Amino acid sequence: MSDVCFERRTLIAAGAAFAVAGLSGFIVPARAAGLAATPSMRGGANNYMPGAPIVERIGGGGFWMSGTVRRAGDGSPLAGQRIQIWAHTTEGSERDWHSHGATLTDASGAFRLEMPQIVPALGQAHAHLSYDSGEYETVFLRPLLSSPKDTSLEAHFVLQPA
Amino acid sequence: MLIWTGLAFAIIVPLTFAATSEYLAWRDPVYIVAGFAGVVALCLALVQPLLARGWLPGLSLLPGRRAHRAVGPVLVAAVVIHVVGLWITSPPDIVDALLLRSPTPFSVFGVAAMWALFASALLAAFRRRLSLRAWRIGHTGLVIVVVLGGAVHAMLIEGTMETTSKAMLCGLAIVATAAAVATSWLRATRWVLGKK
Repeated sequence: MSDVCFERRTLIAAGAAFAVAGLSGFIVPARAAGLAATPSMRGGANNYMPGAPIVERIGGGGFWMSGTVRRAGDGSPLAGQRIQIWAHTTEGSERDWHSHGATLTDASGAFRLEMPQIVPALGQAHAHLSYDSGEYETVFLRPLLSSPKDTSLEAHFVLQPA
Repeated sequence: MLIWTGLAFAIIVPLTFAATSEYLAWRDPVYIVAGFAGVVALCLALVQPLLARGWLPGLSLLPGRRAHRAVGPVLVAAVVIHVVGLWITSPPDIVDALLLRSPTPFSVFGVAAMWALFASALLAAFRRRLSLRAWRIGHTGLVIVVVLGGAVHAMLIEGTMETTSKAMLCGLAIVATAAAVATSWLRATRWVLGKK
């Protein structure tokens, strides 16, 4: 039987190297210069209708869709960006015009829009969001609710200048 | 009698749960019909192997086979109604599913089961031109894909079906298919060995 022998300094060096590798993994994404743009999700653009109006609330409300919009690269928040939202809800399907609405981000790049409760459609409880104003590259998102009973959902955009 | 009661129970319970789902209130009639056609198809996937092997009391091998052949086109029709109904409900989602680029993990299983079912029906239509061996291997292989694909498809879906009754129905369909395939294969092997 062969003995595997580790010298203490080998172990310490290996441990330190491991820790450095691990920690740098946490540091790199936090470096704003490296912030990558959010890619569109598969199926994100399904039942998209361009030009949904900016509304106070979609239908009767009860469900909160929120998120942030930032610029790729430096990660700075983008104010006044129009985000369009639609979903299959208790008040209509994705193909109903009244299921679509849009809102603008505030000074901190955050948006928040109340809409009717999302219900599972075509097998999954999900929402659709888009940024399509042209100043930045268009992005379509299709986030899932972790449970169909959820009453809120977040989606975040990092946009690439067009 | 016990078998018929059990079968009726295995089919009626999931159908009842699906028919009373709260999600129905928020769906168009076309979407409701499409969803139900899928549930009916799943129920028929349990009935078919039992008919094919003559395991239902009162429907021995010959009448059972006749019924199996009659139910086949109904199963194909149920799947066609399911897909067309969902396509009317949300065309881009179904186009994505059929082109295998859908974000939903269950789509690919459903599409595989659908094509296997269509191929199986086509094979059945040209059965007389095939050798017994080619027919057996072809039909058996395809229906395994139909039942397994359909069961996984159904289990991954968040829809009108209630989870436990859905799992029971899928499990029974898989067990019935496996038993039908195994016993028919064993019989065929014994027959060939006996001839030798």
